Amino acid sequence: MELIDQHAKKIMEGCKRRARDAGLRFQEETLEYIVTNRDLIELSPKVMIPTLYDYWVHEVEVLKGKGKYELYPGNPYETVINTRPPISFYNDNNPDWLNVMIFYHVIGHIDFFQNNLYFRHTWDYDFTGQALSDKRLISKYRSEKGRQLDYIIEFGRAIDNLVGYHNTLSQLNQPTSHTGSKRLDFYFDVFLQTHKKVRINDYVKEIERYNQNIREYGELGEKTFFSEVDQKYPEFNAIFQKSLEKKPETRMDLIQFIMAHSEFLNKEENKWMKTVLEVIRNTSIFFQPQIRTKIMNEGWASYWHETLFMQDDRIQGHEVDFARVNANVTSMPRVGMNPYALGMRLFYYIEEMADKGKYSIEFKRLLNANERKEYDRKTHNGRDFIFKIRENFNDFLFINTFVDQDFVTGYNLFVAGKRLNRSKMVWEYFVQSRKAEDYRDMVIDSLYHPPHIEVDHKKTVDQTLYLNHRFEGKPLVKDFIPNTMFGIEYLWGGPVKLETSEVAPTASLHGAYAVGGPGPQDPPEEPEIQWQRVLYTLENRKLSKRILYAVENQP
Amino acid sequence: MDMEIRTGDDMDPKRKQYFQEIKARGLSEEREERIRRELIDTRAHEPEPVPPATGSEFHPGPTSFYEYADLLFLQAMGYPSVSPTVCLGSLDELLERDKLREKDGLPRKIRVGRLIKPGQGGKDKIVVVPTTVEEKFIHDAVRPNEEEESAGGSGDGEEGEVIGEQPVRQPGGAGAGPGEGQGGPHEMESSAYDLGKVLTEKFELPNLQDKGKKRSLTRYTYDMTDRNQGFGQFLDKKATLRKIVDTNIHLGRIPDVDDIDPTGFLISPGDRIYRILSKEKDYESQAMVFFLRDYSGSMMGKPTDLVVAQHVMIYSWLLYQYDKQVESRFILHDTEANEVKDFYTYYNSKVAGGTKVASAYKLVNEIVEKESLARDYNIYVFHGTDGDDWDSEGKEALPELETMMGYANRIGITIAEHGFGQTRSEVERYLLRSGLLADKPELVRMDIMQQDADESRLIEGIKTLIS
Repeated sequence: MELIDQHAKKIMEGCKRRARDAGLRFQEETLEYIVTNRDLIELSPKVMIPTLYDYWVHEVEVLKGKGKYELYPGNPYETVINTRPPISFYNDNNPDWLNVMIFYHVIGHIDFFQNNLYFRHTWDYDFTGQALSDKRLISKYRSEKGRQLDYIIEFGRAIDNLVGYHNTLSQLNQPTSHTGSKRLDFYFDVFLQTHKKVRINDYVKEIERYNQNIREYGELGEKTFFSEVDQKYPEFNAIFQKSLEKKPETRMDLIQFIMAHSEFLNKEENKWMKTVLEVIRNTSIFFQPQIRTKIMNEGWASYWHETLFMQDDRIQGHEVDFARVNANVTSMPRVGMNPYALGMRLFYYIEEMADKGKYSIEFKRLLNANERKEYDRKTHNGRDFIFKIRENFNDFLFINTFVDQDFVTGYNLFVAGKRLNRSKMVWEYFVQSRKAEDYRDMVIDSLYHPPHIEVDHKKTVDQTLYLNHRFEGKPLVKDFIPNTMFGIEYLWGGPVKLETSEVAPTASLHGAYAVGGPGPQDPPEEPEIQWQRVLYTLENRKLSKRILYAVENQP
Repeated sequence: MDMEIRTGDDMDPKRKQYFQEIKARGLSEEREERIRRELIDTRAHEPEPVPPATGSEFHPGPTSFYEYADLLFLQAMGYPSVSPTVCLGSLDELLERDKLREKDGLPRKIRVGRLIKPGQGGKDKIVVVPTTVEEKFIHDAVRPNEEEESAGGSGDGEEGEVIGEQPVRQPGGAGAGPGEGQGGPHEMESSAYDLGKVLTEKFELPNLQDKGKKRSLTRYTYDMTDRNQGFGQFLDKKATLRKIVDTNIHLGRIPDVDDIDPTGFLISPGDRIYRILSKEKDYESQAMVFFLRDYSGSMMGKPTDLVVAQHVMIYSWLLYQYDKQVESRFILHDTEANEVKDFYTYYNSKVAGGTKVASAYKLVNEIVEKESLARDYNIYVFHGTDGDDWDSEGKEALPELETMMGYANRIGITIAEHGFGQTRSEVERYLLRSGLLADKPELVRMDIMQQDADESRLIEGIKTLIS
């Protein structure tokens, strides 16, 4: 890989200056490389991180198709990687005007990486450096341990989508200054709710009593308040003191739990495995925000490459070239979903709405369609507003909050259905719905969402690890369960149980046959799905399944 | 009997007659219901017509956001392509590593990817890509009705309006899915390998006997057996010395054979004799392989996929290892059996109709009898079915099978089960009851797989059938 030449670098620096003037914030240094087809072969399996550890799966074509992104959340063909300094990759023969557009796009991404709070945990270190030391560590273990190392990587990666990404984030985003008394917090947040389980009515009364005390006695209000508490609940002080001694509970994800509690891993000769697992876990956590902000990130970058390119004085004469390339990238497909297009349009839409002051209670209360259309408070704070969005939102919140009927109608969007026309033997695409709720649901349904699987501490007894899958309306991919559990059993060193939900088999032969039924004119009946809770047990490499209970209604 | 009234006209008279015969022998209600389902099946078996490429088909964009990436869309770089020669080295290495996994008690992970692209007129293409999947706990889609998928869209159109049509079978992608397959071209040619090569290491035709010397089946091996003067891979010292002596005798430099002085020898460059790599013919007996596929209505979906996939593997292995000199015959059957001319038709014919296993066995017996194949050929029969047979006792199938066992070197029956809930399929039941499997394991083998079998399971199945 070579750095781009001085001429292109100069263009990049010009872009950075203009972007900064427009309000984007990012670090001074960046690295730009030219990549060839050959480089891509090596880079793309490693999610464009040149220093990622070696693993044989990177050499095999990874099975394409359904659910690919669920398995491999990192994007293998990204142009910028979130490192310090950020590294971006370019085609060798881009003309200057195209480079200007791409540079702006890249800067949009860098700004997003370095300001969106979902990336908070990646701000304090350079991932390429970290990855390089991990790579060295792993190759050292490989020379010492041989194949066994690859098995540990395999088993670790099998559960690396269950990492506690949000736990990591929440630890980093704690409120900085703690005001108020701990005693008070404990009383209202824990004692009344968990220990006493008081009714809401009494809880509110208690708050009212506190407020009254503060009003009447000022500084001494809290003391007065608690003197009464001591009379009412003599045990409170003891419980409070005890709670201070206890360390705050940290929630562990599956990998952490196994590392902490597996007897097998904590044997002296196996301790190196924990280091490997730690590497896998950290790598996974690093990549988590990327896939959760795909629409926003691409939308933000597209918004800025379009906005800044049009203002750039250096590209005069290439407006038409730009228009062609830009339309190709940011047009809405007739059927299909394009994150550049959707994200960019949503940012424009939000900016326009905010410019007119439409994100206000006053506007929300308007019911007259014409008044809603004409509404304009001329607040002109749209830019600021979208900067706040880029800082605080992820894809789910972005779509869930801002995709409304005006947006769907305004951009002529719809949910496209696909059905088989047997007489013509064609797939027909049709307009299924133009409702905002349906569109939103469809987009949200297609977002990355790993299953929520936790260790059930109460049921994890006698060396048996009990995993609980919190059911969210979708089952797990059945084919993958045995091998994944196999890996967990290896790392845990004992039996593993997994509680999950599955579709209960229906008794009728009809569905399995689907020969067309007795009459082709019958409309396909919508089969009702019956869910059941099942328990998989893997013990000594033998997998068994037991039905726990039927679930009456979809939760 | 209202069903009969309604569908009586559509029914194939022969099929109907056969049904009456079976019914006369007595049927349970559940059996009758299942048979009826196939009985009234009016579809035809033609291979899926390949629609002409008009260039105006509707191509939807990616339905997932995550298929978009900057390098591909913004910079239009295209996926990196890997040349097959680069991969060839690593494939062997990867498979070697995969083999070691078995030793360590772990399931194999590398799959020998999608296999064959049948073309018309014998232009079958066999390509292999090593693929793998990293298994994790991930969400599956809940889609009870497979015809409903949704994606995003933009533009004009009333709700309910059809905005585009896409042929179910992509032109050029024919054979992407067997039988009732799904369209969509597979990206497999970018790194093409010979599947046969991989399979050869695992299989050999069993029970080959010396038969029919008139046309020998040849297979080539490469060995350092040929001698060559002047150049080659490996110097044959003994032969070279002999040649030198020979030359010097002719030159008259060895006056006395009892007292040879090698220091006085003249050595011409042509005296050096080398061993050189050469193609050697291996004489073997010739073989005829019959492929039998149940294409009755009940084979819809997964069973057909599995059976065809397994037969593709066997067929491509034969193509490779025996250089097309093993002859293959293809027979499809529902209640009647038909021989079809090539693998393409065999692979692509759609499922429909009822089931009568005996018909296929009978046809094989007839062909063998008529063409006196038993004398000159080693005969192998591979039969793929879902195990459903109207003739649930095997009253007709078993005698035919026994006749077949009289001449065949191996009969391999694959049953791809539906998992309908019933414990055993008819074919499996009557085969077991007949005791043929236990009595003559050298001649008849049966492999039963579940619907969810993967490619490694298929290869496992082939091992069972031909080991």
